[in-house]
Amino acid sequence: MTGGSTFTQGLRLGIGPGAATFVLGISFGAAAVTAGWGLLLPVVSSMITFSGSAQFTLATTLPTGSVVAAIAGAVLINVRYLVMGIAINDSLRGGRLRRAVQAQALVDASFVTAHEGGGRFNVGRMVGMTVVQWTCWVVGTALGVWLRPEPAVLAQWGADVVFPAFFLLLALDEIRSARAAVAVVSGAALSGLLMLVVDPGFALLAATAGALVAAMPLGRSDADGRAVAGAER
Amino acid sequence: MRAWIAVLVVTAASALMKASGPLVLGSRELPSGVRRVIGLVAPALLAGLIVVELSADGWDELDWTQVAGVGAAGAARVLRAPMLLAVVVGAAVAACVRLV
Repeated sequence: MTGGSTFTQGLRLGIGPGAATFVLGISFGAAAVTAGWGLLLPVVSSMITFSGSAQFTLATTLPTGSVVAAIAGAVLINVRYLVMGIAINDSLRGGRLRRAVQAQALVDASFVTAHEGGGRFNVGRMVGMTVVQWTCWVVGTALGVWLRPEPAVLAQWGADVVFPAFFLLLALDEIRSARAAVAVVSGAALSGLLMLVVDPGFALLAATAGALVAAMPLGRSDADGRAVAGAER
Repeated sequence: MRAWIAVLVVTAASALMKASGPLVLGSRELPSGVRRVIGLVAPALLAGLIVVELSADGWDELDWTQVAGVGAAGAARVLRAPMLLAVVVGAAVAACVRLV
């Protein structure tokens, strides 16, 4: 499949997560205005930061805490991008700088959907999906700033279900082997336990360690392990 | 002003974290053993995202109506509903449970 066609495929696949991002964007826009960000900063933030979890963390912690604490919390929640950046590097093309620019298209749903199995990622698909989600995130934020709906109204309509539901559906699609199932269970268990004692950022980082658990030998030879990895493609 | 500064710092930090792997590794390919682990990062991360979204602040404010909605979306998908429809089903179930 050519780069152009995988990009187009990404645009199509991005509609679902984009719709979820749009709803969340409305919620963020309203929350940021309520937090005293004014009318411009929420939209600028969505355009350049483009990280719902980090932006929500900033909006909720800045009004009551120090700037350093708010920044630390927002940065920590994105620590998983370190792992994701390493994971996708083999699938990127060009020199270091060009690869670094391509990696800016990393967001959760795109990263997962671009995964083709065996640690290989379709970069064109990832970029296409991210373009749709970025557009929906910025437009949703602008709409939220403009309309400023009450959080209770959004929750009443089940808006808070949209994102975790999408992640669940993506997880169901990702379970293509026993090892992938173990990764899901391990990731959930690790993050669930750590949510009792640490920030969500660390819990998310710990979830990626579920991949280590799932990759451990299951009493079979290494050759069998490679066969399992191949079957995941 | 402090909100602007915070946004700019977080933006720069996020971009740097995404770029770190490619900047450090360049065109060097990862060993096959590491690639096997990386192939399992996506499902593990997804599970973490679901848990973090649902657990709110350390499980103290777990919302069972949200859990019911997410579960309904998953059930709809298992019954072969298209992705968007499954999410709408999940949101609708949560909204209905909250009305009760």
